[in-house]
Amino acid sequence: MTYSYSIGATRYGFADLRALLAKASPLRSGDVLAGLAAATAEERMAARLCLADLPLTTFLNEALIPYEADEVTRLIVDRHDATAFAELAHLTVGGFRDWLLAYEADAAVLARVAPGITPEMAAAVSKLMRNQDLIAVARKCRVVSAFRDTIGLPGRLAVRLQPNHPTDDARGIAASLLDGLLLGCGDAVIGINPASDKLSTFMQLWHMLDELIARFDIPTQSCVLTHVTSQIRGIEQGAPVDLVFQSIAGTEAANRSFGIDLALLGEARAAALSLGRGTVGDQVMYFETGQGSALSAGAHHGVDQQTCEARAYGVARAFSPLLVNSVVGFIGPEYLYDGKQITRAGLEDHFCGKLLGVPLGCDICYTNHAEADQDDMDNLLTLLGVAGVSYVMGVPGADDVMLNYQSTSFHDALYVREVLGLRHAPEFEAWLERMQILGPGGRVLDQPAAALLPLLDDLGRP
Amino acid sequence: MDEASPPDRWQALRALTPARIALGRSGNALPTAEVLRFGLAHARARDAVHLPLDVGALVTDLAAAGFSALQVHSAADDRVRYLLRPDLGRRLSDASGQALEEHAGPGADLCFVIADGLSAVAVQKHAVALLRAFDAVAHGQWTRTPVVIAEQGRVAIGDEIGQRLRARLVAVLIGERPGLSAPDSLGLYLTHAPRVGRSDAERNCISNIRPDGLPYTAAARSLAWLVQEALRRGETGVALKDEGDVPLIGGDAR
Repeated sequence: MTYSYSIGATRYGFADLRALLAKASPLRSGDVLAGLAAATAEERMAARLCLADLPLTTFLNEALIPYEADEVTRLIVDRHDATAFAELAHLTVGGFRDWLLAYEADAAVLARVAPGITPEMAAAVSKLMRNQDLIAVARKCRVVSAFRDTIGLPGRLAVRLQPNHPTDDARGIAASLLDGLLLGCGDAVIGINPASDKLSTFMQLWHMLDELIARFDIPTQSCVLTHVTSQIRGIEQGAPVDLVFQSIAGTEAANRSFGIDLALLGEARAAALSLGRGTVGDQVMYFETGQGSALSAGAHHGVDQQTCEARAYGVARAFSPLLVNSVVGFIGPEYLYDGKQITRAGLEDHFCGKLLGVPLGCDICYTNHAEADQDDMDNLLTLLGVAGVSYVMGVPGADDVMLNYQSTSFHDALYVREVLGLRHAPEFEAWLERMQILGPGGRVLDQPAAALLPLLDDLGRP
Repeated sequence: MDEASPPDRWQALRALTPARIALGRSGNALPTAEVLRFGLAHARARDAVHLPLDVGALVTDLAAAGFSALQVHSAADDRVRYLLRPDLGRRLSDASGQALEEHAGPGADLCFVIADGLSAVAVQKHAVALLRAFDAVAHGQWTRTPVVIAEQGRVAIGDEIGQRLRARLVAVLIGERPGLSAPDSLGLYLTHAPRVGRSDAERNCISNIRPDGLPYTAAARSLAWLVQEALRRGETGVALKDEGDVPLIGGDAR
């Protein structure tokens, strides 16, 4: 079906729903690269004006990628909850924005309608929203998940401790890990991106993290972020796997380029659940996403990158994850050119994820070939903190020495907790107090915690 | 327990990792000296992205090590086009494509491609050393095409090069995104039966090759294992795990 909108004497035509969504999207380099972006600023506004009048039911009747051709479309369509959608069914996309911003749309109402919202609806309404709208609505959403601690409670922020090392050296990883714990980080997960591609290395990392968590009775979970097939093999060989990680995308073909499909994700989840390692919950999946991944794999089917990203959250939602984060600036300037585009994308991703009921965190980051710097990260961290982001990354000094990019640091987490009054996950907070890492008033103490000193001694020993 | 106070022992842990640990605090923030140290590293990494590959010097280094080389250019004319149009960096320019056809020959087991990627510095410093280390472990058991130097190239440019040179495997040595601590990290991507359109899941990667990361010899041994297995099994990618016995944890990396 074609769409059109006239401004004065100029009539703007849009070949199909994909084209309408793409041209309504705020400017970003990835959509320009794909040849999908609006040619002029007025064409972009024509697309938004047209989109605003579109009934939400359009997205149930017109698939962006055909049902027969794409298992992600089938997942979205087959799992759509028509009952939950009923109270939204009369709305246009523009009316949906107003509905979301109304006082009546509180946490309970938003949770109730979430299963009736498709990723495409979330993406569409986001294109009509200003940054403050994305923040205000996301802040009202409540998505809580649990494994050994509870993530996503009001007024709380968790941090993934990311102690990567360029050669996976166990003592080097432990040194970064201890630094992060002493600055109060690690309640989302202690997650290592290994440099190696060897199962024997992964096995050592899983055991090392398991022993550390057990030794100090830390209410958190571990993860070795490698391909899902390696994690299944690790579980088969007896590895103590808490969370199973996988990068996911919003189309079947993009997922195939990652070497995965939905059945494999289901198999991995079943394998992790079979270990029964959670205490306060059993959400065992950790997914990472990012705008541009489908285009990067040549698998976007003419769909703009922000809508593809929302579809990835549709995939995530089907597997009841503990953690999902967009790695928003990692992919590079050909997809998100500068700090402005990265900031906008981070707020869109967080909004779409939360609206769909997914526990969204964000790796607020950039690479050295992007037009961005640490000031842009400060801005987005502050904005996402206000928006109620579930978790952010904690990388020593914001400099990941394995993945070669800059993210947020342990110190950044201290900053955002202080200025916004955000507390740790409750179980982890109690542990930090017990270990005398947190002092009165919830601030970290200057001296290394006595209870962790044995680990310091072990590390200092050759 | 030793005599040193906990803060001193804590400082000593900085030797265990290049990561920025034990930085101290000014309130919640980094101390001034650390903010400036970070700013300088970022400035250098930004500059490194835009430094061009010195092809003449690389050809000389290769010749001195006994490697003949061919030179090609991607379809991306310059750095700005390269950064904004990755599709162009994955394909050869028309002229380079035609030139390679003339060198196609009978084919070979393995084709090495050296591409600047996002850090020409990494290629300039480590590519030839890695090839020498590979020769030392490969003992000439695989036939090879000339080494191909690709300017403004991305990983997938190896697919077209390998296809045109009729190589059974292509190994792309490429400058990784510069990090603050490591602006000179080399990556290696191995692809079986290279042809235009291969996906990343069909490759194996060895990353962070540099003396302070994964040393040349360890990388060369991993590569030799991958080459042997890829030729034996007829595939690369997620189905081919690196199970070679090169130790990484607690190794001699530092």
